[in-house]
Amino acid sequence: MKRWAIIIILISLISLPLFVQAQYPLHLLIMVGIWSIAASSLNLILGYTGQASLGHAAFFGIGAYASALLMIRAGFSFWLAMPLASLIAALFGFLIGLPALRTRGGYFAIATLGFNLIVTIIIDHWEALTQGGAGISGIPKPDPLLLPFVGKVAFTTMAAQYYLILFFLVVTLFLTYRIVHSLVGKTYLAIRGSEALAESLGINSMWNKIVSFTISAFFAGLAGALYASYHGFISPDTSNFHISFDLLIYLLVGGVATLPGPIIGAIIMTIIPETLQFLLEYRIIFYGSFLIVIVIFLPRGLVGLWLSSLWPRIRGRKNCLMVPESK
Amino acid sequence: MIGSVYSLMALGLTLIYGILHIPNFAHGNKYMLGAFISLSLVAIWKINYWLAIVISMVVLASIGMLVERLIYRPLHDQPHINSFIAAIGLLLLLEGIAFAIWGGEWQRFPFAYTQNIHFFGITITLHRVLVILATGALIVFLQIFIKKTSWGWAIEAVAQNREGAHLVGINVPFVTSLAFAIGTALAAAASSLVGPVYLIYPAMGSLPLIKAFVVIIMGGMGSLPGAVIGGYLLGLIESLAGGYISVIYADLFAFAVLVIVLAIKPTGLFGKGPEG
Repeated sequence: MKRWAIIIILISLISLPLFVQAQYPLHLLIMVGIWSIAASSLNLILGYTGQASLGHAAFFGIGAYASALLMIRAGFSFWLAMPLASLIAALFGFLIGLPALRTRGGYFAIATLGFNLIVTIIIDHWEALTQGGAGISGIPKPDPLLLPFVGKVAFTTMAAQYYLILFFLVVTLFLTYRIVHSLVGKTYLAIRGSEALAESLGINSMWNKIVSFTISAFFAGLAGALYASYHGFISPDTSNFHISFDLLIYLLVGGVATLPGPIIGAIIMTIIPETLQFLLEYRIIFYGSFLIVIVIFLPRGLVGLWLSSLWPRIRGRKNCLMVPESK
Repeated sequence: MIGSVYSLMALGLTLIYGILHIPNFAHGNKYMLGAFISLSLVAIWKINYWLAIVISMVVLASIGMLVERLIYRPLHDQPHINSFIAAIGLLLLLEGIAFAIWGGEWQRFPFAYTQNIHFFGITITLHRVLVILATGALIVFLQIFIKKTSWGWAIEAVAQNREGAHLVGINVPFVTSLAFAIGTALAAAASSLVGPVYLIYPAMGSLPLIKAFVVIIMGGMGSLPGAVIGGYLLGLIESLAGGYISVIYADLFAFAVLVIVLAIKPTGLFGKGPEG
């Protein structure tokens, strides 16, 4: 049942560009895909390991700048620059995780936020490397790729870019799924539940948190690298801490610690601002109040609502066990 | 002088953190609102500057209580991350409202005490001296309030142990909103005091907010003396680093200090150690 649903969703997503030819909806879909990858990366550390990071825009920005600079300055191909950039982001995640993960709760959030600000300030002022506030433009698209059966694919059309992002989104989700449903994932859940209890079972919580944070930074960097090559332009705003907040919002609206949560959140929070264009500067007021209402009335996000009340009602009361464990 | 602002902001934040255990991200926007309200009072209704500060503190205190009642109280039993997001929502909301009312332009206070004072070979403007004095007065006043009045004791008791305070008959919800009101009023005071020195615009609160977080982490969350000392320390570090090393990277030092403090003593310089 669940497998069929996934296959149907995948097929409809793959065939979507056949029906949607217009540039703008495809652009929105690509952006949703990129934000979904980034929000999923946050989901791993926040949703499953329980550490609220407010510094993911930093990894996003590091990934974007690293891949852009590798391609422009060092002349690397996208296919080499992108994994390298993600690894660089992961390395930063590891290094910053060492001191930051010693703290908990609000301290950790603020420590990562501080790290995020440091990164933005450095990007803004280290002009020799990053060209400062002017940003980097003219970032090349991925090189054409020779695929079996399909032939040569050049990433110049929107549809091709859509498939590129979709591919990485599926890869990200698949890996997240594998991690979460492995023994390691169970360890993360144990740490989220209670660090003291996890340690009493012989789990090295510090090491597991660092690994989780590093993997999370890797995917955030991947999202950043994809963003850089799709947009062709990045600036210090790419790592602005507002993006960290946005990712958190996607996650919360969609549903923390669920696989589809970040995607649903990204879809909703990308489309709502688009439909609210007519409100102009009052939009942000609406956005802010919407968030507060969601948090107060739907604390587990839309997926949480679906799993805990709508789905059991559709399936009948028997299947209430479907509800995943929560705090 | 910048240390005074940080101290006041950090005091408000740490007071709220001590009681509610949430990092109040909307604090910077209360700071911004306070500045706009006293600016309007002074510029449009021609009210005396000091009176305007007091009025803006009172208005902000009521807004603070309202926010606590409407947003934070329903969220109290839920995971902290939710209050967190609510605070971010509130941040956007307040910024949007300020933008809608006052517009996005940078504004200046119509006047300031611009006379210069010569003092042992140092020259500073009168306004800066007044800011330092007024901040000192507020800090002393707050200290007396917390240590010498029964309401102050009640705040301390709730900060130490919520259930315990409830057991001995303290009206915990009232104390919570009282602390929120005082914390918010302090933000208004800070912004109104330095308003004439800086420019006023809807996004003005974000940097002082984050600095205030640095301060309360440095001083230990929930620690009032930590907030005051941390505030002045950060102000000093920034000014010295800005003066001797590099102005561009002055902001960077604040966060570098943050990371160093966290690495050495995760609970802050004056922290009492992790609770719970």
